[in-house]
Amino acid sequence: MAFALTPEREREVEELLSHYPNRRAALIPVLWVCQRQHGWISPEVIDWVARRLELSTAVVKGVVTFYTMFFEEPVGEHVIWVCRTLSCDLRGAKAIQEHLEEKLGCKAGHTSKDGKFTLLKAECLAACGQAPMVQIDDDYFENLTLAKLDGIIERFRGEAS
Amino acid sequence: MSDEFQPLLTSRYGIEGSHTLAVAEKHGAYRTARRALTMMSPEQIKEEVKKASLRGRGGAGFPAGVKWGFLNPKEGEEVYLVVNGDESEPGTFKDRTIMNQDPHRLIEGILITCWAIGAHTAYIYVRGELKHSIDSLDAALAEARTKGYVGDRPFGKPHPIHIWTHSGAGAYICGEETALLNSLEGRRGEPRLKPPFPAVKGAFGMPTIVNNVETISAVPDIVELGGERWCSLSRLAPTDGGVRLYGISGHVKKPGIYEAPVGITMRELIYDYGGGMLHDDHPLKAVIPGGSSTPVLRPDWTVDAPNEDHPLHAWHGKSELDVPMGVDTYRALGTMLGTCCATVMDDTVNMVEACRNLMRFYRHESCGQCTPCREGGAWLVDVLDGLLSGRGKVDDVNMLVDIANNMMGNTICAFGEGTAMPLLGFVQRFADEFVEVAKRGLPLDVRHDESTRALVKGGVAA
Ligand SMILES: Cc1cc2nc3c(=O)[nH]c(=O)nc-3n(C[C@H](O)[C@H](O)[C@H](O)COP(=O)(O)O)c2cc1C
Ligand code: FES
Repeated sequence: MAFALTPEREREVEELLSHYPNRRAALIPVLWVCQRQHGWISPEVIDWVARRLELSTAVVKGVVTFYTMFFEEPVGEHVIWVCRTLSCDLRGAKAIQEHLEEKLGCKAGHTSKDGKFTLLKAECLAACGQAPMVQIDDDYFENLTLAKLDGIIERFRGEAS
Repeated sequence: MSDEFQPLLTSRYGIEGSHTLAVAEKHGAYRTARRALTMMSPEQIKEEVKKASLRGRGGAGFPAGVKWGFLNPKEGEEVYLVVNGDESEPGTFKDRTIMNQDPHRLIEGILITCWAIGAHTAYIYVRGELKHSIDSLDAALAEARTKGYVGDRPFGKPHPIHIWTHSGAGAYICGEETALLNSLEGRRGEPRLKPPFPAVKGAFGMPTIVNNVETISAVPDIVELGGERWCSLSRLAPTDGGVRLYGISGHVKKPGIYEAPVGITMRELIYDYGGGMLHDDHPLKAVIPGGSSTPVLRPDWTVDAPNEDHPLHAWHGKSELDVPMGVDTYRALGTMLGTCCATVMDDTVNMVEACRNLMRFYRHESCGQCTPCREGGAWLVDVLDGLLSGRGKVDDVNMLVDIANNMMGNTICAFGEGTAMPLLGFVQRFADEFVEVAKRGLPLDVRHDESTRALVKGGVAA
């Protein structure tokens, strides 16, 4: 199916283009706008962005593959990033990851069966003083304990989808 | 900790609504920018920043005033300011506090800096994960535009200044300034060869100053107090001036960000600011001083500087923890101050395991352009995996050193050194432990969250 942005998001793109001296510089911000609408960067999104910014699809794809936050395949409704770098690991991040794997029934790198959560390992997320922590979508959850984590996951599970 | 310390960078932290223009302005924001743009010449401002000995807060500690002096735009060239808010060095979490709690301080610093260096456009590059920081800056910028502080005539001055945030999308290397510029231009975040340096050919091929978020946020205080006075707040004045943000994480009671004069000691940071070791019965074993790329220190190692000419002679025979934390003092100590955010490890942590954790980070984050970095990083992890699983031999420790030495100086950017230096630091300062692990491996149930697992599992907030 061909991809297109909603009129509102198209206005966002217009605004972004005005920030830079050339169109290409808007590439990463525009990819973000697309991913926020579509959930991931599908081949159709790449085609659309390439046409919109007058770039080759190879250039767009090269950028998409470089950055870990652009999803090259569909992900769950929510994406959970568990920070496993040193400061978090020193404060129990491994237990956090293991607990999530058990609770969601999937290993890191995978999506739960109900499609609700994708669990991913992350490198240092600049919250080391509030370790251990996870990022869920755009939000940080810090100074975690397993009990706190249970509450957070239940809240996400309980919301209407 | 001195009682009379007056916070500058963090003076508005904790005030209800400090991220809004109204509250920030009530507490002093934009007063200095107004004065600087209406009553000071760019030369006067640059002079104050030079006198301040403001050492870059992004990791390398280069004097900001000197960097600004490299600008020499040719006829028709536009100058850019690019603010580095990538904040990706493991252990580092300081710039985020400015962007979230006092975005107007950064904007004020950008306005003054743009006027001083003759820039009309500034980009704040923020790592993509920090969506809240980007939103906080965007909201603050919208307010500042409405007020006319950011726009065609800031404070009535016919010197347009436009400021935009630019989101990254997950890549540590984009903190390196030339990779950042590529990312800003819509490219893969691969570092560029230097020279040309950004001050000559940076963003969009134009002369560009890249400075860290905290560096630029210090500019209003420098202009307000005067460079000399600001500089003298440091214990290491006049070569390393002012105050800065210190971070502390890992096995301490009070992890967090603290503002203090430049030149406090690691001992003060850990035991005064950080509240001391997390468990009183688990003493300090090692501390990474300023982000994962800076070689580890150990409290039972002493400074060896018998020669009177040695910059650290005054600390000869004292613990490494007692050397003041400064760009030059730490270099003389054989490590680096880096981002000034320390990671503290108690005696439950195995150093080979800690080292592997960080080497996995570098393996994951190498941009892959240079063979020594791409292959070397992966190889280091392989060898460490071998050692820890008991498949290693003592000679593998020498191989680690060999691989690291072959990365040093052989890559386009400093990522290679940033990987090799901490590896060498771990092996040098904990050689016995590496040899022991090489002989025996490490039992699988030994993990480096030994001393906190119970806190996390027990449901007690650590
Ligand atoms: C691998 C690597 C990662 C870096 N990451 C950051 C970063 O996250 N934030 C930052 O401000 N500087 C980072 N730097 C340093 C920048 O290249 C540059 O020196 C700095 O932004 C200059 O600003 P300053 O002089 O104000 O410190 C990094 C450097 C390297 C080699
Ligand atoms: S190590 Fe987890 S946020 Fe830095």
